[in-house]
Amino acid sequence: MTTVPFDPAFDRPPEDASTPGEHTIPADNYLSNGHSISSWLLTVDHKRIGILYLISITFFFAIGGLAATLMRLELATPKADMFEPDNYNKLFTAHGVAMIFFFLVPSVPAVLGNFLLPIMIGARDLAFPRINLLSWYLYAIAGAMAIVVFAMGGVDTGWTFYTPYSSTFSNTNVVLAICAIFIAGFSSIFTGLNFIVTVHTMRAPGMTWFRMPLFVWSNYATALIMILGTPVLAIAMLLVLAERLAGIGIFDPRMGGDPVLFQHLFWFYSHPAVYIMILPGFGVISEVITAFSRKKVFGYSFIAFSSLAIALIGFLVWGHHMFITGISTYGGMVFSLLSFLIAVPTAIKIFNWIATMYKGSISLDTPMLYALAFIGLFLIGGLTGLFLAAMGMDIHLHDTYFVIAHFHYVMVGGMVTAYLAGIHFWWPKMTGRMYNDVWSKISAVLVFMGFNLTFFPQFLLGYLGMPRRYAAYPDEFQLLNVLSSAGASILAVGFALPLFYLVKSLWDGKVAGPNPWGAAGLEWQTTSPPPTFNFDETPIVTQEAYAYDDIRADKLGLPRPENKGHH
Amino acid sequence: MMSVLAQFEKIEPFRLFPKQASNFAPEMDALYFFLTAVSLFFTVLIFGLLIFFVIKYRRKHVDEYPEQLPTNMVLELTWTFIPLLIALVMFFWGAKLFVRMSNIPQNAMEIAVTGKQWMWNVQHPTGKREKNELHVPLGRPVKLRMTSEDVIHSFALPAFRAKHDVVPGRYTEMWFTPTEAGTYYLFCTEYCGTLHSGMVGRLVVMGEQEYAAWLTNSVADEAPHLAGAKLFEQFSCITCHGQQAPTLANIYGTPRRVVRGGKTVEVFADEDYVRRAILNPQAELVEGYPPLMPTYQGILTEDQVNQLIAYVKSLNDTNSSRPEGRPVDAAPMPQGAIVPDPAAASGPRESVMHVDDGIVPFGSATTRPTTQP
Ligand code: HEM
Ligand SMILES: [Cu+2]
Repeated sequence: MTTVPFDPAFDRPPEDASTPGEHTIPADNYLSNGHSISSWLLTVDHKRIGILYLISITFFFAIGGLAATLMRLELATPKADMFEPDNYNKLFTAHGVAMIFFFLVPSVPAVLGNFLLPIMIGARDLAFPRINLLSWYLYAIAGAMAIVVFAMGGVDTGWTFYTPYSSTFSNTNVVLAICAIFIAGFSSIFTGLNFIVTVHTMRAPGMTWFRMPLFVWSNYATALIMILGTPVLAIAMLLVLAERLAGIGIFDPRMGGDPVLFQHLFWFYSHPAVYIMILPGFGVISEVITAFSRKKVFGYSFIAFSSLAIALIGFLVWGHHMFITGISTYGGMVFSLLSFLIAVPTAIKIFNWIATMYKGSISLDTPMLYALAFIGLFLIGGLTGLFLAAMGMDIHLHDTYFVIAHFHYVMVGGMVTAYLAGIHFWWPKMTGRMYNDVWSKISAVLVFMGFNLTFFPQFLLGYLGMPRRYAAYPDEFQLLNVLSSAGASILAVGFALPLFYLVKSLWDGKVAGPNPWGAAGLEWQTTSPPPTFNFDETPIVTQEAYAYDDIRADKLGLPRPENKGHH
Repeated sequence: MMSVLAQFEKIEPFRLFPKQASNFAPEMDALYFFLTAVSLFFTVLIFGLLIFFVIKYRRKHVDEYPEQLPTNMVLELTWTFIPLLIALVMFFWGAKLFVRMSNIPQNAMEIAVTGKQWMWNVQHPTGKREKNELHVPLGRPVKLRMTSEDVIHSFALPAFRAKHDVVPGRYTEMWFTPTEAGTYYLFCTEYCGTLHSGMVGRLVVMGEQEYAAWLTNSVADEAPHLAGAKLFEQFSCITCHGQQAPTLANIYGTPRRVVRGGKTVEVFADEDYVRRAILNPQAELVEGYPPLMPTYQGILTEDQVNQLIAYVKSLNDTNSSRPEGRPVDAAPMPQGAIVPDPAAASGPRESVMHVDDGIVPFGSATTRPTTQP
């Protein structure tokens, strides 16, 4: 195989940005290469598998969103007048399970990571293409099981499956739900494994660790959590099954078990899992902010290492979910202190993104709008996390709407927004087409406004003491709840719009060309959509990531600055 | 079946901030305002910078590529250490409040709370019971000793800024001093099944005299220790204890040597210990005694167990000299544990660290009640 030196500014110059009309979709690309159903269902191409994930998680986002809409309708009035309390309980469980396990955990890694990670490091595919397909099948099987559970009446345990309620008291189909989550877990373990091996062994010549885009770093950190944390969730779930099916006393004190043990096991996974649900978003934001500021990311190594620090410390803070369950004061203090420490690498990222914009050339395209919304919303989510990490404060706030608001700011305001930023950024790469500029901007603005209207009032409700998972509530909480429900309807429109204009763009979208944003990065050097093996020839990398100074030098006809690299 | 609804009567008018009705509320709110102020500062700063940069550095033409700036170490270190310092202040303040809220004063009046799908049962020291209501006297420290008959619940009093999980199989505790007479909400905040949002009630703070009158103006149940004494006979505890089994006089609040999982360890005899001894006697056998005692798991209700504990406590002839709760100035103790008296605190770690292992270790002789003799 011949190789050519990779040159971000030379190969396909970013003039693309100014002359988008002249491009054509390349005849040979991963989409044109087979149109039959089996060419999709039996594909081992990481890009096609990414698309399979995109379709399937969108489906679950719709299910979770439907449940959320119904809940917000119920909560518009203080009385439980739409649903029987049992059905409300099943709704928030369906919402949580669909959103967490079947949407947010796989979102950025399985869709964008799958699609982009090999391209970004100059590889032809992931290290284990067949295992990658197996991951999707496991996800699909688990998803089908979850749908069966919902169709058969649902589960009422909440996505947290706290014992002994889940193990001995609930009369709903906990067993099947747990099996679904167990299997979905393996899907995520295999994805993580694939990412780690790929990053270690498949980087193109010259693609050193510190030349990797930050998106790759953050997915690498996520993959570590996936393979180290998910097995613990699997164990916790198996133990619930053992108690429920075989009556082995593990969690129910009437059989000699310890109900709090479950919470330790569950949060040992699920706290790191919240970083599974945010780290990849950090990666997306680093890419989008640099591309739309045309600046090398500020503090590359600080951002890269802060991802690893978060992945690591993330394993040591699970106890902050249990301050008022009855863990020891000293144990709680360690968890609290570590929770505050983990806030620091997160703050570092925010400051570095802002510094990246300083003296940049900022353009407010849709991905950038989403990225800016991310910074604002995630900031509020992060700051309110500090309230919950302060042990005394948590006594009052635990299990109230304050917590609901906090984690929606992080998971929806943060990760979902980052995911949408990423989808809008790489859509032209994935499909070769541009979407409607005006509609996409409207949707970004609606999401930002609708989101704040939905979730900000919940901070106030939480401090007033309104508990979560309540189908009915005292009258005087109604005003704030009505605001929240009104916001949710705006948010729903904001989330639904992309579905229409993105699908529509497949037919009549402007042809994007290889590099519509004038961005640096290997993925912008190959055609849109990329060929099946990503590059016609294996690239040789001589540049650090985000080589905007080289592009600038070329534009101005100056000699390129000496390559300093990161070490 | 909208039975949930009936339980919410309108107690308070619309407000954006909850009433302060306990000794903890002012400090909790101060911490809240501090956290809010810091958050507000950073929110304004970051939003300000974002908006300013977006306007100032707006792209002028498609081909614009700006000059690149080197990474600035001083800046990086500044925005690492300033947040770190602020985080540490928050940590200390939060921890301090938490310690204060878990150190239960000795003179606190003890009220027993049992959570049960989907109601709260409360029993006052005189034996007076109430359901889904908690009446407490103004200005007196009150300690709740709580357990659950079924799943995990959580006893939340927003106006007091106080809350604690109520866990089956063990006792947890919380305390407060009411500072403002009135009626407030009581919520269950740990999801517990169908009528979770119906597991609500009223917290009524009354003046000392009113409370005393309230206690006596209706027929109270028997005081718990008297009821316990009857149970002690009824369930034939009395046939063994004192003969083949240890006497129970003066054991409460002392260290006990027990065989647990084949090893002899010292355990502090608090309410949790007595409870375990009744419900799961084989798991911790008092050294030197045969494993004769049957389990009462599934036979006694939580209420009855509580009465038996009250009875055992009443057998201490030096009752008055034994601290009821944790000394106020003692080092912080495991949250939720009933704390040993100072004499035992110097004993083996075992005696204070039973919070998380208060339950029988796995694989011990008694896992299922049905297989018990
Ligand atoms: C469309 C916008 C959304 C709305 C209006 C919404 C609304 C709600 C509501 C009303 C609850 C129930 C609160 C309670 O009573 O406990 C809830 C819980 C929850 N939401 Fe959302 N949500 C939205 C999006 C999301 C997304 C995108 C995710 C994750 C990716 C998510 C994750 C969760 C989780 C994990 C819970 C907790 C479920 C539980 O208590 O078991 N939500 N949400
Ligand atoms: Cu409850």
